[in-house]
Amino acid sequence: MADPMKIRATVSGDVCDIKVLMSHPMETGQRKDSDGKIVPAHFIQTFTIAVNGKTVVDGGCGPSVSRNPVFGFKAKGPKAGDKVTVTWTDNLGDKRSDEATVA
Amino acid sequence: MDLMRRTLLKGMGSTGVLAAALAAGVLRPTQVFAADWNKAAFEAKDFAGALKGIGVGSTAESKDLLLTAPEIAENGAVVSVTVVSKIPATSSISVFVEKNPMPLSAHFQFANGALPEARVNLKMGQTSLVKVVAMANGKAYMTQKEVKVTMGGCGG
Repeated sequence: MADPMKIRATVSGDVCDIKVLMSHPMETGQRKDSDGKIVPAHFIQTFTIAVNGKTVVDGGCGPSVSRNPVFGFKAKGPKAGDKVTVTWTDNLGDKRSDEATVA
Repeated sequence: MDLMRRTLLKGMGSTGVLAAALAAGVLRPTQVFAADWNKAAFEAKDFAGALKGIGVGSTAESKDLLLTAPEIAENGAVVSVTVVSKIPATSSISVFVEKNPMPLSAHFQFANGALPEARVNLKMGQTSLVKVVAMANGKAYMTQKEVKVTMGGCGG
């Protein structure tokens, strides 16, 4: 199981700014280790961001998203106190879901 | 004569079963994948193929699609890119790095009040065009920007 995500959601005016940092190696499957062996691909494939259980952003990633990916989104509607849930699944079937409160 | 007919029928029967098994076993997983992770698009080796994978035939250049990316990226492992779509009813944004081994990097679908904006960090193997495709009302809009990479972020 990967490390917890860092989720920050802040409201300014009527727009909510959602930032997510996921801890993940995001191996491309093209890199070679010191022995010249190819490091197998290991990357986040899909993620969803939901506010109070309603999906706001549905995302897909290829291996060319950076290590420990950072995403930034904006949404209209969420208010302080709302729950933001982020869930990801990687190509090896690993999953992680974390929650934060809109500030 | 009768025997031959038997064998023929038998043979036909088994191929039919095989076809059904193939259809059930091979088609079903890909359908699940399409709804989940778009394998065809993400594993496409060129921009045209990736575009086809997300179901886009042709794109129109648009000035309402704003792409912010660095002119020069010293480190190709982390290239921060921001996309803002001012096109009304934008439903999804896809980010491509044209010269990466698999150009499609990320794909976002917006719903329930999400603004069509996204920030994402990309890996870039070499100097390349970063292309962004936004879908709005079934039409595809595109914008692009070249990012020069001094040190590649793919491979070692």
